[in-house]
Order: sequence, then structure tokens, then C-alpha cells
Amino acid sequence: MPTIADTAPADTTFRAASLELSGIELAFGTNKVLRGVDLVVPAGRTACVIGPSGSGKSTLLRATNRLLEPDAGDIRLGGESVLRSNPDELRRRIGMVFQHFNLFPHKTVLENITLPLRKIKKLTPEGAVAAARIQLELVGLREKESARPGNLSGGQQQRVAIARALAMKPEVMLFDEATSALDPELVKGVLSLMADLASAGMTMIVVTHEMGFARQVADQVAFMDRGVVVEAGAPDKLFTAAESPRLQQFLSQVL
Amino acid sequence: MDIWSTLSDTFLDWESMKAVLPEMLKVGLVNTLILAAASVVLGTVLGMVVAVMGLSRRRWLRWPAKIYTDIFRGLPAILTILLIGQGLSPITRHWWGPNPYPLGILALSLIAAAYIGEIFRSGIQSVEKGQLEAARALGFTYTSGMWLIVIPQGVRRVLPALVNQFIALVKESSLVYFLGLLASQRELFRIGQDAAATNGNLSPLLLAGIFYLIITVPLTHLVNYFDKRLREGRPTAELEVEELVHADHR
Repeated sequence: MPTIADTAPADTTFRAASLELSGIELAFGTNKVLRGVDLVVPAGRTACVIGPSGSGKSTLLRATNRLLEPDAGDIRLGGESVLRSNPDELRRRIGMVFQHFNLFPHKTVLENITLPLRKIKKLTPEGAVAAARIQLELVGLREKESARPGNLSGGQQQRVAIARALAMKPEVMLFDEATSALDPELVKGVLSLMADLASAGMTMIVVTHEMGFARQVADQVAFMDRGVVVEAGAPDKLFTAAESPRLQQFLSQVL
Repeated sequence: MDIWSTLSDTFLDWESMKAVLPEMLKVGLVNTLILAAASVVLGTVLGMVVAVMGLSRRRWLRWPAKIYTDIFRGLPAILTILLIGQGLSPITRHWWGPNPYPLGILALSLIAAAYIGEIFRSGIQSVEKGQLEAARALGFTYTSGMWLIVIPQGVRRVLPALVNQFIALVKESSLVYFLGLLASQRELFRIGQDAAATNGNLSPLLLAGIFYLIITVPLTHLVNYFDKRLREGRPTAELEVEELVHADHR
């Protein structure tokens, strides 16, 4: 199976962009879920966001591509503020992968990828199929193109979801606990695909409970708790010399 | 008195059935199918409009859909058909004369739309939130995400309920006879009833009943087929290939 790194120059010329979140606040009614989050991810780098359930990690990702509108703060993509532009156009530049894959079950694997290419990118049917097959090849599932998502394993579904997002040529990729719903034996394949993508130079924010992945792949790790980034830094430093008591406690529970 | 011969005289008079059969086929069946098919199409389209309005984030679209559904689902069908079919005919007779069909179809469709709208709404609402979220994350607008991703899945899930509603429409189409039909406009029930009155036995009505069953029974089997496919998943070429492969290994 060709890895993304092997084929990157020919097939996936990323226009990876930097992403800066500053002072992001978001509330559901009176419940303040994000209380001023700052996170800077330089182009081509990977940031892992860790933290306990309910700390606001998933909400932060949804605020980043404006599936949820932030109440305050600024989002800069490639140095340019995007909070006042059309959110649909912003989302076309940011790929997102979900915990439960969210493939379209009534479409085949190939159609899952070609549908947005045709309807949003306005590719011809032939062009969309060609582009989709390149992505399926990269995730090692070319032979499954006519299967329905329901007939694939969770790991295969997630790889299709990654292919679908990558086919849109995003500048940033967001991963929301992409392996949390997978059986243990399927986790590795998805994580190694994500690691390949990181080393190929994609800008990524990865919300994860996989501490091993965060430690090996991330350029920086941010620990979130109660709607703020409590501590952030290089993974080695964060995992071996945590400063804040909350992070120390969290690590002692998960490691 | 022989009970069997009395019953057979009343229901199984072959002569009066034979006499009415050509008219039943050429006039009654055709008219019933026209009434039912037209109401199914119009009722489904209107039902989708009602469902989408009912799911709207805008209150001024949601409320009319709610009120519409309450009214047309809450009234007896015969009352709605008479109110619309007779009440509006002084206005519409300028356009198509005294023909009761257009208003009959309109009334049947308005009633069906209230039920079908609720069927569609429940189906669309049953689609996981993640589907619209994934569509939007790819860059689809809310509207195109709904129409391309969410609504097709919702409709699939309610196909059995939808076909049940079509069966109800086939049967309810007989109610247009209350609007007064010319000889050529009579549908299955009315032809059966007229012949029954003329011959003094119910065999023609029984024949009409058999015609209804010929239309509705295949539809109920269609419901069962959709239902089974929904529960067990749809067979795909992929699965068949895998089964063959496994069979080889055995």
C-alpha cells in the first residue's frame, strides 16, 4: 500500500495553511463551553488536543470550522481572519473527520467522495471519479469503491472518511476522536494513516485520547480543561514535565 | 331456508358479475387508478412541502405546516371531500365545467398531504445529526445538505409507511362518489353499487372489492419487501462476492 508520504509530490500537493485561534469563546445558553481558547498551529504542523471529557475539545474543533459559531475571538487561516467570510466557503478549506465516521450510508464508497467533488467543487463526473480513486488508493481501499459503508469495518469507514475529506484539497484537517469508536485492532491502521498525513505536511488539529499518538506525531500538545487551554507545548516536555496540577492529575489517570 | 343458497344468491351471482365486468374494467378500474395515482403524486409533493416547512428553523414556516396538519388530519375525509368538492365547484366550474374529478383529487391530496407530511417529517428527523454535520463540514450549504444527504435517507426509512398511505388513498378514492359522478366518471365502488342496486344483490360490489384487492394486496407486499430490506440491509454485489469467497474457503 503506498503511503501518503510516498506519493505526496504527485497526487496530494497540499496547500497546507497556518491556523490561529485566539480568545475563542462559545456558550450553549448559559453554559460557557469555551472560555477564551488560544491555539496556534503553523502550516504543516500537527497539534494534538487532549483533556478530560466535557473539557470543550470537540466544541473547539466545531468552532474552528464554524459548525458552531464562536461568540468571541478570532480565527485566522493562512494569516487571514475568516470569521466574517462565508462559513460554507471556510469549511471547503478545512477537512473534518468525525468519531462516528458519518459516511453517507445510502451512497457507495466512491459516491461518498465524488458527491461533494461534483456538487461543491463542480468537477465533471469523470474528473470526480478520477480524483476520488486517487484518494481511495492512498488509503488502501481502492478495491472497496462499490461497497456501501455499512459493509465496511469501522477502520475502513474511517479511512474512507479521511479520503473524502482529503479529496476536497483542504488546507487544514481536523480530527475529532477519529479512533474512539473503533475496535482496538482497527485503531492502528487509522492512526498510521494520520501519522503519514502529518509527515506529508498537512496542518492538523487532532483531538485524541491516544497519548502514544500525541507523543510521537504531534509537534505540540495542548491540554484543555473546562473550556481553556491549561498548558501547551512540545509533547516531550508536556508528558514528562507537566507544570499544572490539573495536567499532572489527568496524565496520572490516562498513562 | 338454506343459508348457503341465500348467501350465494346475495354474493356469488355470476351472471350479474359477468354483466358488470366489462364496465368495471374499462371505466371503474381506470377511474380508480386515475384518482389514486393523481392523489398519490400530488399528495406526496404537498406532503414533502409540509414536512420541510414543519422542520424549518423559521417559525413562520413551521406554524402554518402544524396548523395545516392538525386540520386535515383531524377532519373526517368525507367532510373534507364534500366541503372542497361541492364548496369550490361554483368557482372552478368556469374552468373545467362540473367535472368533480379535479376537486376530488385536490381534496384527497390535501388529506393525504397531512399524513404524508408527518411520515416524511418523522423519517427526516430520524436521520442522525452527524449526517448533516458531515455534509456541512464538507462545505454543503444547509439546504443542499438537507436535500442531497438527509432527506433521501429519511425518505428511505419511511417507505413502508408511505406505501401504507398510498393503500389508504386507493380505498379513500371511492369517497368521491359523494360528489356526483357522470356514468363515464364512475369508479369501482360506484359501478359496483349501481349494479348491486339494479340487480338486487351484492355480487357486483363483491367484484368491486376483488378489484380493490388486486390493487392493494401487491402494495402491501411491497410494504413488506421495503420493511424487510430496511431491517436486513440491502443485498449488494459486494456481499454476494464475499459470500462466494467464504463459500470457497469452507
